[in-house]
Amino acid sequence: MIFDYPTLKFIWWLLVGVLLVGFAIMDGHDMGVGTLLPFVGKNDEERRVVINTVGPHWDGNQVWFITGGGAIFAAWPLVYATAFSGFYWAMLAVLWALFFRPVGFDYRSKIHNATWRSTWDWGLFVGGAVPPLIFGVAFGNLLQGVPFHFDNNLVSSYTGSFWALLNPFALLAGVVSTAMITFHGAVYLAHRTEGDIHRRARAAALIFGALMLAGFTAAGVWLSQGNFGYAITSVVDAAAQPDPLAKTVVQQSGAWFANYRTMPLTLIVPAMAYLGAAMAMLMVARGRTLIAFVASSLAIVGVIGTAGVSMFPFLMPSSTMPAASLTVWDSVSSHRTLGIMFWATILFMPLIIIYTSWAYKVMSGKVTTAYIRENEHSAY
Amino acid sequence: MVSEQLVDLSRLQFAATAMYHFLFVPLTLGMVWLLVIMESVYVMTGKTIYRDMTQFWGKLFGINFALGVTTGITLEFQFGTNWAYYSHYVGDIFGAPLAIEGLMAFFLESTMIGLFFFGWDRLSRRQHLLVTILMAVGTNLSALWILIANGWMQNPVGAEFSYETMRMELTDFWSVLFNPVAQDKFVHTVSAGYVTGAMFVLSISAWYLLRGRDIEFAKRSFRIAAAFGFASVCSVIVLGDESGYALGEAQQTKLAAIESMWETEPAPAGFNLVAIPNQAEMKNDFAVQIPWMMGIIGTRSFDKQLPGLNEILVRNRERVVTGIEAVRLLEKLRQGSADEATRTAFDKVKADLGFGLLLKKYVVSMDDVTPEIIDRAARDTLPRVTPLFWTFRIMVAMGFAMLALFGLALWYSIKGDFATRGWLLKWALWFLPVPWLACEMGWFVAEYGRQPWTIYGVLPTHLSVSTLTVESLYGSLAGFVGFYTLLLVVEMYLMVRFARQGPGSLGTGRYLNETRHAGAHA
Repeated sequence: MIFDYPTLKFIWWLLVGVLLVGFAIMDGHDMGVGTLLPFVGKNDEERRVVINTVGPHWDGNQVWFITGGGAIFAAWPLVYATAFSGFYWAMLAVLWALFFRPVGFDYRSKIHNATWRSTWDWGLFVGGAVPPLIFGVAFGNLLQGVPFHFDNNLVSSYTGSFWALLNPFALLAGVVSTAMITFHGAVYLAHRTEGDIHRRARAAALIFGALMLAGFTAAGVWLSQGNFGYAITSVVDAAAQPDPLAKTVVQQSGAWFANYRTMPLTLIVPAMAYLGAAMAMLMVARGRTLIAFVASSLAIVGVIGTAGVSMFPFLMPSSTMPAASLTVWDSVSSHRTLGIMFWATILFMPLIIIYTSWAYKVMSGKVTTAYIRENEHSAY
Repeated sequence: MVSEQLVDLSRLQFAATAMYHFLFVPLTLGMVWLLVIMESVYVMTGKTIYRDMTQFWGKLFGINFALGVTTGITLEFQFGTNWAYYSHYVGDIFGAPLAIEGLMAFFLESTMIGLFFFGWDRLSRRQHLLVTILMAVGTNLSALWILIANGWMQNPVGAEFSYETMRMELTDFWSVLFNPVAQDKFVHTVSAGYVTGAMFVLSISAWYLLRGRDIEFAKRSFRIAAAFGFASVCSVIVLGDESGYALGEAQQTKLAAIESMWETEPAPAGFNLVAIPNQAEMKNDFAVQIPWMMGIIGTRSFDKQLPGLNEILVRNRERVVTGIEAVRLLEKLRQGSADEATRTAFDKVKADLGFGLLLKKYVVSMDDVTPEIIDRAARDTLPRVTPLFWTFRIMVAMGFAMLALFGLALWYSIKGDFATRGWLLKWALWFLPVPWLACEMGWFVAEYGRQPWTIYGVLPTHLSVSTLTVESLYGSLAGFVGFYTLLLVVEMYLMVRFARQGPGSLGTGRYLNETRHAGAHA
């Protein structure tokens, strides 16, 4: 293995970040389109146009989510185990909302019936809006710390309830996340359509872009004023065998800003959220939708990256047993597994990007009502 | 101690969600190759009817695929939600194939399926065929990786327990990859999928022929399905037999249970064709035996012995006793004792740690263990014989019945007069559900037969669960079953509707039951 254990642990923090950001950019834009579907499509034909902008791609995009789950399992098994069992009902809500997507896309236009079709349209709305909302809420809770602890054999127990997840700060984070994804979807939709739908998508992009920035700013101010943050007080041996019970941790106001103070270069990350969003809004207003899409993707990197950098090296702080908090150093897989998974990712990720780009290239161009009429039986 | 009800409900939920998923997966695995064959013929001959076949069967494939994706999402996350301790304990090994499955297989399959449906007018014929082939490759690779993961649960090679991290850790990735149990399982399972795909096309084509409609379309589809199905069913049976070849202890125990073989018999052992197993007294109340057959299937020899359940029980009881020591030493090590002697002593017995952990179903501390409790734990290592014995036999009987059907279908396809043989067509039609039943039984035999372990010999099922409330489990189980059943009803409705309408649903103007083509009026 060319990398030592601490380096690989850090690389895996970056790689999981890449997968989560990839998920938000790729699956995010078709979730955003799903969220907007009932509002920007005023009749059946318009809705079919909206759906078919992502029709050939949503399934491939969804794999970012599946692979993100698999990668967290492989690289951070304790996070996979503790977070998903702790956030049990939140996780199920995400899964159940996602159920509407494959069937919604594939079944909707197979039957000529207004009720049938509008039911699936609202299903696609749920599948588009609920997951980003819950992911945002989950991040909002991670930033506050969540109530879990381990016994000596590392059996985790989560002592919070589902309703406790829905606290004001977490809901604000949920708004930021949903606005971000809807914004991104609106930019994509504007790029792939023309006429009325295009105009509505542009308007939606401006509204949700502004909402995202306002929410992001408010969350930042709240984080700086409120009692947020955790810090490791013992000496960190990044090369040690991972054991989350070996350290000591305290709750410390302002700790989530420590990385920006010690490494000012990291301020690029939150700056990217502002610059990307501002650029995307400007460009979409001018009709330069492709550049706008690149810019809104950068905004996503900025927003998710900000959460990651603020908490680093924490992944899942514990509010009831701070020493049990999961970090980049002590909740990871073995050196060997991280190494193998590193090479698997390095090998396959470029291939995935190449054939996904090819698929978008093949299907490029505006989706129009004429296209829907010509492909009455094969289009979604 | 973990509540038994929680364990049972978690198992039930996993079984329900996995078995629902497996209603859709086999058809996907098989149909995708039939699409490749049909489209290849189209590209080679240029005959439009083969393009129509690819598109029509592709439409039904898509309806099925949607639910395969839906029910598959759950499975990627359910280890975390419901099997948290399992995920922690073996994630170092088990997580890797799942992640690679996503990177290598799911991305490919899911990206290509979009182009398969939407790329007809935008790709050249050869490009489109390439897309279909890549979709098939992706689909089958996903089966490979998940069965590598599953094979490791049955035969956990290439890993070792570490007391410092309190989990299993990977020692040899290649032996996990080339685990013989995984390789057999992969070929057996995908072949079963191919049979399912072939039966689907064969049955529906037979129905068109019985109705005397879309004759040319149905005849061509029937012939392709017959040939593909025959080859696949042969592969299922050969590889099923290969899985029977006793590899490792997990498979030996399962084999003895499947065969209801209580005593170790002189080699080569006989095969119990029919039996009434009596688990309490550990014997068969009644059995009809074929001499020699079991020994030959199980050991590929005339002189090697297969252990009976009684012998396995004695062996496992000794391992439980050693396991007590392993658990005690582990507790000492976890409390911070780091002296060399303790570590050496632990290393000596840690192979039996899993057997010691079986006792945690009954006691918190190893000090409370009594000989009766050791007996119970040892008994737990034997799976329940009756359900395994019978589901296995039904599965095998179905396999041979399908072999006969596909054999005759192929024979009369070659002769050319299958379309006039009503009995054959009716047989094909009524056999539509059979491969699904066989697949579900196969899953049951493999996974129920692994009990009481999630990882054979390493981690007992009752320790693997998440610490959730029983109420949560009732709620989520009801949610999954309700949701899936609703979606299944919708799926069946669409499937029946489009199968009935037939290739006319493509709106090409060449078949019966044409849907009015809106584009024609525009």
